[in-house]
Amino acid sequence: MAALWTLSVLLSACLLWPVCLALTPPAELPQPHNLPPLLGFNSSDGSPSVDLPMALRVFSVDYHHVQAPFEIVLWIMLASLAKLGFHWSGRVPAVFPESCLLIMVGLLVGGVIYGVRHSAPPTLSADAFFLFLLPPIVLDAGYFLPGKLFFENLGTILWYAVLGTLWNVLGIGLSLYGVCLLAQSSLGDVSLLHCLLFGSLIAAVDPVAVLSVFQEMHVNEQLHILVFGESLLNDAVTVVLYKLFESFLRLPSVSGLDVLLGGCRVVVVGLGGLFVGLFFGLLAALTSRFTSRAQVIAPLFVFLYSYLSYLTSEMLHLSGIMAIVTCAVTMKQYVEANVSERSNTSIQYFLKMWSSVSETLIFIFLGVSTIQDVHMWSWPFVCSTLLLCLAWRATGVLLLTAVVNKLRRNTVTFRDQFIIAYGGLRGAICFSLVFLIDDFPKKRLFITTTIVVILFTVFVQGMTIKPLVELLDVKRKKRALPTVSEEIHSRLIDHLLAGIEDVVGYWGQHYWKDRFEQFNRKYLRRFLIREDHQAPSSILRVYQELERREQRRDEEAPPIEDPRSHSRPLLPEEMDSIRRILSRNLQNFNKKQTPAYSRHTLHQDTTMDKTRKPLYRHHSLGERYKYNTITHWPQGEDGEFNGSHRVRAGLCRSHTVCAVGPRPVLQDSSAPAASAQRGPADPKSAATKEDQVFPQNQAPVGGEAPKKQLSFVLENEKQP
Amino acid sequence: MGSNSSSMNNIPNAEQLVQETGFSAAHILRLYERFQFLDKDDTGQLRPEDFGAVRELAMNPIGDRIISAFFSPGQETLDFASFVRVLAHFRPADSNRTRDGAQPEPANSSMRKLKFAFQLYDQDRDGKISRAELLQVLRAMLGMQVTEEQLQSIAERAIQEADFDQDDAISFDEFRKSLEKVNIDHKMSIRFLS
Repeated sequence: MAALWTLSVLLSACLLWPVCLALTPPAELPQPHNLPPLLGFNSSDGSPSVDLPMALRVFSVDYHHVQAPFEIVLWIMLASLAKLGFHWSGRVPAVFPESCLLIMVGLLVGGVIYGVRHSAPPTLSADAFFLFLLPPIVLDAGYFLPGKLFFENLGTILWYAVLGTLWNVLGIGLSLYGVCLLAQSSLGDVSLLHCLLFGSLIAAVDPVAVLSVFQEMHVNEQLHILVFGESLLNDAVTVVLYKLFESFLRLPSVSGLDVLLGGCRVVVVGLGGLFVGLFFGLLAALTSRFTSRAQVIAPLFVFLYSYLSYLTSEMLHLSGIMAIVTCAVTMKQYVEANVSERSNTSIQYFLKMWSSVSETLIFIFLGVSTIQDVHMWSWPFVCSTLLLCLAWRATGVLLLTAVVNKLRRNTVTFRDQFIIAYGGLRGAICFSLVFLIDDFPKKRLFITTTIVVILFTVFVQGMTIKPLVELLDVKRKKRALPTVSEEIHSRLIDHLLAGIEDVVGYWGQHYWKDRFEQFNRKYLRRFLIREDHQAPSSILRVYQELERREQRRDEEAPPIEDPRSHSRPLLPEEMDSIRRILSRNLQNFNKKQTPAYSRHTLHQDTTMDKTRKPLYRHHSLGERYKYNTITHWPQGEDGEFNGSHRVRAGLCRSHTVCAVGPRPVLQDSSAPAASAQRGPADPKSAATKEDQVFPQNQAPVGGEAPKKQLSFVLENEKQP
Repeated sequence: MGSNSSSMNNIPNAEQLVQETGFSAAHILRLYERFQFLDKDDTGQLRPEDFGAVRELAMNPIGDRIISAFFSPGQETLDFASFVRVLAHFRPADSNRTRDGAQPEPANSSMRKLKFAFQLYDQDRDGKISRAELLQVLRAMLGMQVTEEQLQSIAERAIQEADFDQDDAISFDEFRKSLEKVNIDHKMSIRFLS
């Protein structure tokens, strides 16, 4: 509670700072105010200095000198403190998505500034937004994009992004024009092109807003990638349509040829952005190859090249978002292989930090910019815009999904469709685009409507999406819970199907993926990765992947209970824990159901364990290497199967052993190897050795490593 | 599409395979290309090691079982026809295909699909899933997170639920019954995009 109080005091103190911002207009001479001296005064004001006539000033304040960076830092500080406060505020995050709170803070600040200064607070200039605030967010999203999942769903994503956006733009534009025709009196001077222009900027789903709301929602990763991928890729379509309609507005007349050219531009913009991103991504990968002697600046190259790709494509009027995402996706694997562990961590942390700050600033500025003099209200226009946005998005999603489901194995369920449709939030991109429109009589109406739509989607849709989804889930769960055997067998079948899909190579997608992987291995990796870092074989990659899964699993250890004896009917709570175990385990293996990545934390925590683990992994790798070949396939049936399975599982187990502590590791990593070599060991002696080795382990019954070790050894015995 | 875009003539018994499995000619062609991709040393036969080229299979908890399911008991190599026949199980069921009693049951019927899944458990082919076999699979799927006692209790529970004739093992019929609420056709089919 004390912490909360101090934090709120801090927050209110920082809210005073914008007051000071309002009080330092450079030109006028404000009356002296009773503010603490740390707030700035104009030096022309007469500063509270010792009044020595024409002599040295012992103490002076020169605000002008630092005004620009000072104000910027104050804004960022406000944003960050607000974010901190949000996370400390107990139950609020559960109800309000962060974006809502930030906008409210922005509204508050804007109101304060307006109240004090009686003029509009600083608005988010489109340049600042597009050049400084947007790139970090998109870079972060692109860098942490789950590549495999993204490319698997690329067809669907493109389907939604291109066709869906087109549908929305044309639908909203045309129906708004209809509304304007109906309300001739008030809206008569809004032309068709204006409506289409407005439709193009309001229809776009915004990645920033989507990410921030989905963060709290924990949707499965496939759905996450669909919505998020769509919001990223529709940038190309949106930007092109916007610029197209804008240039149409300037032309005296529009011909069919112009429309055709517009269509070509979509393709050019999208692909152009892609190629720019590819180019810079490969360049970054190549550069990172040579950073071994100056490791400290290696992260800088990642940021510089990505930003350069964004700026270049903006310069060429191509899609900057596509460029930066492509750049990030391209360079990621090579950079990660080339660069030291610490640099990798720095890159990831900086990305998260910048994108976090950026996002916070955007939302706060959205709030601040709402307080303005430029509003023009029109009930029919605003309300119809809201309704049409929702309606067209819903119908668009339904129609498109109906078609796309016929071509996918994992159908997009109704629940998913609802989330896609309802989760189409608008954000700051619309806002900036609306400011860029050439001035015309109804521009202020457009601005007001845009702000209303953004606020509505972020607040209403953002807050209610979670409860509505839970309501939908509740309705689904009303049917009977599956029995344990049904669950087990279903999971077996899921694994089986995943395996068969992998064997078959799942047609066209994997075909190209395999081709790319071959190309990658033969040329790209050799060229772009340092010699000593090129992974020797797929074994090592399997190994690394197992490591990663192991880490994730270690961090999500389930609550352990203590079943009493072997064969007796199970209590309900044990059934629950069994169900939980089964479902959670599937999450780890089934690639379709892993939890979405978090914006605020990184997956792999760089704790001491991690830096210790690789050391021991090398040990275990040495001993294990001859066993850990996936080419060690059984020729016969039972015993051999379990042999190879056991050995492979043994590798995992030695990892968990490593995670426990330094000293016992070496003994134990030799123990399983030895026992595997020797054949069936005496379980009792192994068990007692177990107990001796881990005396300090407060492992609850059925806890982590030691028991696993035990069961592993016991397994040897159980082979028939 | 590929450099080894062979025509149907190169594939042995292509017509017969189309008839038998219900795959279209284009599918057979694609499967043949995939077979050739896996068959690195070009012998026309696959061995279990060749499946190692499929990296994801190594991370599948029952990956080794799946691979062995391709090979008939005792066989060490796999030719293209057998490869296709196994994959035929996973074709989506033909909804409007009526069959008379004389025709053999198609490979992708629910029964055959379930039988395939059953055999993943039943490695010794005795027609029953014994407790030990169930435990092996459970261990593979749940492995790290669960203790031995919990595995035992889960296996116990599964057998209790399913076992009607009290022989402490799950027969194929009992297996089928425990999955009656699941839409096997939908769950065990791969939509082959063409």
